[in-house]
Amino acid sequence: MTVVEEKGSGEYRSRVREWLAANVPPPTAGLPPADYLRVAKEYQAALFAAGFAGITWPKEVGGQGLGPAEQQVFAEEAAELDLPTYPLLIGMGMCGPTLVDLGTPEQKQRYLPPLLRGDEVWCQLFSEPGAGSDVASLQTRAERTDDGWVLNGQKVWTTNAQWADYGAVLARTDPDQVKHAGITMFILDMHAPGVTVRPLRDMSGKSPFNEVYLDDVHLPADAVIGEVGRGWQAAVTMLGHERVSIGASRPSRSSALGFEAVLALARREGATADPAQRERLAELYAHERALELLNARMRQETQAGHPPGARGSVAKLAAAVQLRRAIAVAGELAGADVVAWDPEDGHGADLARGINSAPASSIAGGTNEVQHNIIGERILGLPKEPQVDRDVPFRQLRVGTQGGAR
Amino acid sequence: MRLVLEAEQEDLRAAVRRLLADRSSPAAVREVMASERGDDPGLWKSLADLGLLGLVVPEDLGGAGGGHVERSVVLEELGRALTPTPFLASAVLATDALLAVDDAAARAELLPALAGGERVATVAVAEGGAAWDRSGGATTATERDGGWRLDGTKAPVPAGAVADVVLVYASTSDGPGWFAVDAGADGFTRTALTTLDPTRPMARLTFAGTPARRLAASDPAAALDLVADLAAVALAAEQVGVMARALELTVDYAKVRVQFGRPIGSYQAVKHGLADVYSAWEHSVSVLRYAAWTADHDRAELPLAAALAQTYVGPACFDAAVAMVQYHGGIGYTWEHDAHLFYKRAKSAQLLLGPPSSHRARLADRLGV
Repeated sequence: MTVVEEKGSGEYRSRVREWLAANVPPPTAGLPPADYLRVAKEYQAALFAAGFAGITWPKEVGGQGLGPAEQQVFAEEAAELDLPTYPLLIGMGMCGPTLVDLGTPEQKQRYLPPLLRGDEVWCQLFSEPGAGSDVASLQTRAERTDDGWVLNGQKVWTTNAQWADYGAVLARTDPDQVKHAGITMFILDMHAPGVTVRPLRDMSGKSPFNEVYLDDVHLPADAVIGEVGRGWQAAVTMLGHERVSIGASRPSRSSALGFEAVLALARREGATADPAQRERLAELYAHERALELLNARMRQETQAGHPPGARGSVAKLAAAVQLRRAIAVAGELAGADVVAWDPEDGHGADLARGINSAPASSIAGGTNEVQHNIIGERILGLPKEPQVDRDVPFRQLRVGTQGGAR
Repeated sequence: MRLVLEAEQEDLRAAVRRLLADRSSPAAVREVMASERGDDPGLWKSLADLGLLGLVVPEDLGGAGGGHVERSVVLEELGRALTPTPFLASAVLATDALLAVDDAAARAELLPALAGGERVATVAVAEGGAAWDRSGGATTATERDGGWRLDGTKAPVPAGAVADVVLVYASTSDGPGWFAVDAGADGFTRTALTTLDPTRPMARLTFAGTPARRLAASDPAAALDLVADLAAVALAAEQVGVMARALELTVDYAKVRVQFGRPIGSYQAVKHGLADVYSAWEHSVSVLRYAAWTADHDRAELPLAAALAQTYVGPACFDAAVAMVQYHGGIGYTWEHDAHLFYKRAKSAQLLLGPPSSHRARLADRLGV
């Protein structure tokens, strides 16, 4: 069944559909990273050549100059396909749109066309060991030199840094200001001397993100994105694009924690005649379907000119909570079958991967707790907690787990 | 599938909200729920005058020829206001039953009167707390003395004490059937029941050789299934309205109620709980729009959507009402505050069509689990 009726843009939709049908690369699962990256860049180049790269970006920077409706048509048509978009995701979804909004004409001409063509990969360097949910407490510092800035500090959870040619980095440029005021966003050449990328292994055993060490890295004066001291505003712009980017994506139906997969597990376990298990399955389906319908409704509202804004947090939070619900139901069905399995049993491995990857959804892109705050404060208008760090120069604040003033 | 309301549907909502702000304020609700009748005939006439009682009735039978999406908008507003009204009994259950059976004469006789508000009808199916029994239950209909006679007891029946006509689902020697009983019929007695929800009066109906008119129905059980599914959607609409208002009032209170020097809504324990209610409401609205859309446009998918609606929205609505009482603290536990009316409405609505497990079981069936 289709969740959203196909309305408007009929001609555009059929063009997208035809092009995708002819250009989906072969499956990338199991490819070595270098080959995967190559396939991803080639796919992006093909998108660009066909006029489907940067759908909403202005024409003068190489984009298509179209609106969110076309973007959504493309996202809908691509949703069920396994496309190698991951390496370019941060650049296309976050850094690029931010440069469109805030970049100088020179920055746009230099960086956006290669990004659209798949020539250059970007990453985003915001989080730090001491600055997670509270990104504005970041300690990486950029100090002025005669011909630019010198950057020192450490970033973490940097997705795709291992492949990246450039990054958008947030650094503190004035520790005597309050914490949100003394920050600047820069373009960082990831190949510059002093940039060290170390993969971080996550609890599922994969290494999707990295630690990035920044030791006396030289930044030219024209590396500033937006204005000096207005890096927080630039970050908010970028996070807005991130929310759109996450909101447009749909959970993969192949996940071992999706309803269809859990139902298949129930069938394998011979549990579908058990009334209690049937009820659990029904409840799991109800929550998954309700979320699908909410996403579909928000897409329809977007098409009607009302983008969801902070309500995107509702869907993000619900998706994370749904994984926990699915883990509970799958556990009831599998019992000790997910404690141990034969090495060649793909079902056991898939379910274990699902269980072990689930916490990422509750943390990455804003924790469940932060999403709750966004819903409570920005949607419901509830008052913020008293902020003890709001009016204090950053130099005097306690940060992370490092205690004391610095 | 359309999950967003059209402009005219939003206009309808605004009109109903205005009417209910004027005629079904919290004070008016208190007055009506304490009255012997338990509903407001004046408001009933206004609902009829606005064409709201016949929204799903075809125009040639005195209705508006509208749809279930429109009716769900009205039910949301009635839920928001906790309006004590036989709308669910007459404009939903009985109207849907008359449209579901195949009795053109009964439709022509009754639907214009129901849509016009001249008569109130209800449906009597339940015999106790379990989900509706497709067999017709222990209430029997037999053909004797040249007509059909009913024997047995149906309860709880919404608006059973005020209905002019009761559509009874009963067993016959060759399967279940639908029967219409006039309130003045011989051997018909009704007893008002004490209700968990003081804003929804219910009655026990007893039939002792009561003369009844059999409604032509090619498949009475299929008609019952349709009535039950549409009732599940209608109830979900009420529940969405109840949730929305419970959340609004609680958020308003959490912004102004100060403890330990701060509005309680600034504490994450309260803020996050209210965020969860908001999230559940957003999901519930989406499920409701989908379910109402299937009622209008995709009857093949309605059974699944209806089971989904009660599986998801029923508990979500009660959670919202629990949060309302909880975050109001002591004042929320008083009779004087309205929180308990939301709480009682939410729990009563969740159980009205049977225990929550029956909705989950039906959903599993319809998913082919």
